[in-house]
Amino acid sequence: MIEQVLQTLPQVLIDGLALGAVYAIVALGYTMVYGILELINFAHGEIFMTGAFVGTAILLTFSGLGWMASMPAILALLLVLIVTSVATGLLGMGIERVAYRPLRNAPKLITLITAIGISFLLQDIVRFITELKNGNYILTGPSLFSKQIGVKASAISSVFNDASVKSSFFIVLILAVIMMVALDFFVNKTKWGMAMRAVAQDRETAALMTVNVNKVIALTFFIGSALGGATGVLFAVQYGTIDPYIGFILGLKAFTAAVLGGIGNIRGAMFGGIMIGLLEMFAAANLPVVSHGILGAEYKDVFAFAILIIVLIFKPEGLFGKVSVEKV
Amino acid sequence: MVLKKTFSILATTTLAVGLLAGCSGGQKEQNASNGGGGGNGGGNVIKIATQTPLSGGSATLGESIKLGAQLALEEQKANFEKLGFKLELVPYDDQGDPKKGVANAQLIGADKQILGVVGHLNSGVAIPSSEIYEKYSIPMVSPANTATEVTDRGLKTVNRICARDDFQGPAGAKFAIEKLGAKKIFIIQDKTAYGSGLAEAFKKGAEDLGAQIVGFEGITIGEKDFNGVLNQVLAKKPDLVYFGGLYTEGGLLIKQARDKGINVPIMGGDGLDSSTLVQIAGDAVKNTYMTSAAGLTTATDAGKQFAEKYKQKFGKEIESYSAYGYDSMGVLLKGIEEAIKANGNKLPTRQQAAEGVRKVQDYQGVVTKVSFDEKGDNKYAKIYIYKFDEAKYPAKLEDEVSKQ
Repeated sequence: MIEQVLQTLPQVLIDGLALGAVYAIVALGYTMVYGILELINFAHGEIFMTGAFVGTAILLTFSGLGWMASMPAILALLLVLIVTSVATGLLGMGIERVAYRPLRNAPKLITLITAIGISFLLQDIVRFITELKNGNYILTGPSLFSKQIGVKASAISSVFNDASVKSSFFIVLILAVIMMVALDFFVNKTKWGMAMRAVAQDRETAALMTVNVNKVIALTFFIGSALGGATGVLFAVQYGTIDPYIGFILGLKAFTAAVLGGIGNIRGAMFGGIMIGLLEMFAAANLPVVSHGILGAEYKDVFAFAILIIVLIFKPEGLFGKVSVEKV
Repeated sequence: MVLKKTFSILATTTLAVGLLAGCSGGQKEQNASNGGGGGNGGGNVIKIATQTPLSGGSATLGESIKLGAQLALEEQKANFEKLGFKLELVPYDDQGDPKKGVANAQLIGADKQILGVVGHLNSGVAIPSSEIYEKYSIPMVSPANTATEVTDRGLKTVNRICARDDFQGPAGAKFAIEKLGAKKIFIIQDKTAYGSGLAEAFKKGAEDLGAQIVGFEGITIGEKDFNGVLNQVLAKKPDLVYFGGLYTEGGLLIKQARDKGINVPIMGGDGLDSSTLVQIAGDAVKNTYMTSAAGLTTATDAGKQFAEKYKQKFGKEIESYSAYGYDSMGVLLKGIEEAIKANGNKLPTRQQAAEGVRKVQDYQGVVTKVSFDEKGDNKYAKIYIYKFDEAKYPAKLEDEVSKQ
């Protein structure tokens, strides 16, 4: 039994990390907005989805114009990432301005419902546009970085099987790490980051200290949404096919990751995301082996959420919540 | 006072008499058109309805069934004129919506000249609508409804010429084991009624034929990452992977499996039958098999001729179910013709028409031969097996498996 688990371990770790990195960056968006407004921005999963669609649309346009052949794929991807994150960042700011700011002093529940409404709206707008252009709302982008790289895990120890990695895995992982490190630096080391932390701690007092609260909140939405949109592009590159409903399940899991890490805490969200991704992949690959076929791979989410419940029972603030003072 | 009372009694009586008269009038009318009063006036018209989606997402398929049926009806017109009847087609649009289907069924029931229905495209619409047909005893011949429940309710009026869902799994298993030589099979299903039902049926069929099932796992609809399950597949090293589910998940699963170096054949049901599957999976779709209740019309000479006639008349290429619409109408008219003859060349009642249709044996259609059994299933219904050799839709017809 242990032998079997070990055999698949290298591949499970690789797949889990790729999925976990995506969860982690989407979780950042939830956690940032919660930290500053105490609002669960349920539309964030849909911003991620919109990013995936915008990115794929740009990539398709590029390859339609024949530009893909004339520049290195990585350059094209970076270009797409930048354009997409600016677009979704502005979208996030717009949503905040139109749907959340007028309700900032209303009860929390009202904004929550508005967020759910926005997410339905985004789903259907994207579906409508895609169907109009494509005739079908399931979109498949050009395949980039699909080269397979063999990892000779068996060379390290004979208990492991060899694993294989798509080259997009490295791109996703590296870009995800860059984004997270950059965000961490921005929040902790810059003036604007300080302002964000100040607003998160106490909005009124920060306002008295000449922090422009509206601007800071808009900036938070911009950064969170830009990261979400960029992750959408990475997701589309890694998995190839997207539809307007990918944001729902993924958003839910990313939100879980944010809670697991301690909502409002940036490093916690990163850790929670990676952890949920690894747990999910591990459970999907090994549950039937460990339980002798009683529990199938379809119980992977149950397994991941059971861990969440256990963590929250013993540490209701999440793994990193509150203990570390910094909050965004 | 007295005057007022008398007046009200008078009014009530008039109303009651009027109502009764109305009722009995209706009764008479019904008798006239139902019972063999065929000789006079409008009694000579036989209308056949089609009920398929003519608008909305599956309008292409619904329209093709209607056009196929229309072609068959027009070819039979002369034949029926000799018998002294005029054939008319009445197309209804069910919009792929059960509520609309049932509302249309009520209209069809109320039009006494309609003697039969060709439809539907969706099993979900056919099932409630056929309850209404049964109430009015209108025979229905379905070109495309594969759900088992369509005929399993034992309704006298419901017939179909395509195969049943619970035959698809065993037929696929037979092909996988006998033709592809699969011994270790890994089954993945999407936990929906359709997907897990298909996978269970396949599993049973495969086990009966002596194959070993090395895994039976579920995935969640809407997810995009199936690497977890595929890692299990990788560890178990099966020589065939079966997927019970739809093309969205199927396409991704195929793509991710090939990415992982799982190069064994992958097989699925008619849920994979879509050009989107090829779009999603791309080149990875090669070496994928799927079972379908819809045959390749152009595989036979009769089918090719039909495709030409269809193109000439409507200026369109045939769709997978066009010929099924044509054959459904053919069977229906054949049954009604028999009923007319049995009734001494007079207009049969709806019950007689329904009985006539159920009795049809060995009718040779364009895509399929038709004999109805006691439940209304077609004894000659086949499952067709398609293979993707290249990233192109539609797939190539590889084999067919029949019940006997």
